[in-house]
Amino acid sequence: MSPTSADKRTAAELAAALGAGETSSVEITRAHLDRIAVVDGEVHAFLEVDAEGALRDAAASDERRAAGATYGPLDGVPVAVKDVLATRGLPTTCGSRILEGWVPPYDATVVARLRAGGLPILGKTNMDEFAMGSSTEHSAYGPTHNPWDLDRIPGGSGGGSAAAVAAYEAPFAIGTDTGGSIRQPGAVTGTVGVKPTYGGVSRYGLVSLANSLDQAGPVTRSVLDAALLHEVIGGHDPLDSTSIAQPLPALVDAVRRGADGDLTGVRIGVVKELGGEGYQAGVLARFEESVELMTKAGAEVVEVSCPHFVHALATYYLILPAEASSNLARFDAMRYGLRVTPDDSEKGVPPSAEDVMRATREAGFGDEVKRRIILGTYALSSGYYDAYYGQAQKVRTLVTRDFEAAFEQADVLVSPTAPTTAFTIGEKVDDPLAMYLNDLATIPANLSGVPGISGPSGLADEDGLPAGVQILAPAMADDRVYRVGAALESLLVQEWGGRLLDQAPPLVEEGVQRSSRNQGAPS
Amino acid sequence: MAESTEHTITREEVAHLADLARIDLSDAELDHLAPQLSVILESIASIQGVAGDDVPPTSHTLPLTNVYRDDVVRPGLTAEEALSGAPEVEQQRFKVPRILGEEQ
Repeated sequence: MSPTSADKRTAAELAAALGAGETSSVEITRAHLDRIAVVDGEVHAFLEVDAEGALRDAAASDERRAAGATYGPLDGVPVAVKDVLATRGLPTTCGSRILEGWVPPYDATVVARLRAGGLPILGKTNMDEFAMGSSTEHSAYGPTHNPWDLDRIPGGSGGGSAAAVAAYEAPFAIGTDTGGSIRQPGAVTGTVGVKPTYGGVSRYGLVSLANSLDQAGPVTRSVLDAALLHEVIGGHDPLDSTSIAQPLPALVDAVRRGADGDLTGVRIGVVKELGGEGYQAGVLARFEESVELMTKAGAEVVEVSCPHFVHALATYYLILPAEASSNLARFDAMRYGLRVTPDDSEKGVPPSAEDVMRATREAGFGDEVKRRIILGTYALSSGYYDAYYGQAQKVRTLVTRDFEAAFEQADVLVSPTAPTTAFTIGEKVDDPLAMYLNDLATIPANLSGVPGISGPSGLADEDGLPAGVQILAPAMADDRVYRVGAALESLLVQEWGGRLLDQAPPLVEEGVQRSSRNQGAPS
Repeated sequence: MAESTEHTITREEVAHLADLARIDLSDAELDHLAPQLSVILESIASIQGVAGDDVPPTSHTLPLTNVYRDDVVRPGLTAEEALSGAPEVEQQRFKVPRILGEEQ
């Protein structure tokens, strides 16, 4: 394979090729590293590429295979990891200057499970600083570019993972989803992303943004790959006290059941409040076609109302900043990370620990992080607590009740994943409210802890860019999102005659690389 | 509802909140952040009055119970590993700037 041609095989196909002895993990891993070397100057999906570590792990995988002792179904298939998960010996920055150069002394459980499954780790992917954002523009290390159109955002916060997968730099990746950070990037890059049930995948070693909302999950090009990866990383972890002590449902089996496209007897609820005003026409058109396809495949479609979803965004932007302001208090310049010592010439005494904290957090945090910490500090202040944070916690209960009522009428709920397709880099970076609206449809699932998948629904007519469809299920019924997701995927692939990503313009033509873009931070 | 104008955060309030959050904001940042935060606050203030007093709050979606484990020795980080990211180290400890004021 020439270095410029992408290896477009899914992880499942790569695993099959490895099993059949047609290729080696070293060969696959090297092909993806070559692809990163060729296209990542333009895409900027990675903050750190660990070629040496990935090739070493790939060689070890090949040795295991030769000895007939593979670790699992994905042994030897390389993966990329969002830079919010601790990786022993590999820098972990969370897209922030405050953690620049920090090398964790331990692995997150998700990462430990990838290693235990024999998956070589290609590197760490770009993200909005501390996962705060919907465009990856809030990364302190410059934005990631959408492989469909390099002038546009890849979504966020996990734009790096989604872009890496869409640009064939990695067969699949790990993301995290606090308000849509796996699903929305999936929608705008034409890839698949799953937010598991809260507590279904360990948060140990996942740097907390909002600990009651954060959840790690798979970012892939197919629903089957997502299930395969989910089964590697998921399940109870004694190191995370919020981890659910129950076995995962059979996810790969659910995909295989759904793959024939038959949805007879499945009740699909279209959420009235997640659509209409504020949604791009082309996004809605593709969504409606997906619903029509599912109807033709035997599903019973009902409209459901979740009246409190209209308050979900406001609820989220009180709960998230409140939790974030508390979680990010740990970045205090004392035990790890950046330490900035302020100029003490005025006082004539050495700066105190508090002076150092203030100066470090000023220098180390970007605008969006500061906005949210201050908003959270406000929401938790005495005098405002009941009116804001306390009220948000109550509305969170009402959102969950809406879900419960809706799941009485439907097995799964569906909506467009994001209200629009990818917007232009720079367009919303200094308009926080406009940015927040990207997560309108994804946030309710985080507030209530339910699982959701986003898959491509087609290209919007206005701009020819990918749109996504979201499928939600009750907590611990992750298998349902996989079954219905797989069914819809096979119906759509049949319509398109291939994957949506096959229609993406090539990043590299005839081996000639386009000029590298300026990747300076936008602010 | 005509009461929306009260949901504003003044520049002074932002400075106070930044102080509580231990962030030294510059004057330019205070000028920039105060109006932005007011816009956000105005938008999210809409949830006031949505839930009545009878609605219990949700702090977490899972029924959280305390998790115990047996008190047994298990491998952990070595001192060197734990200190590996420290800005400053002295005698196998985190070295920090002074934590007391002059008069203390």
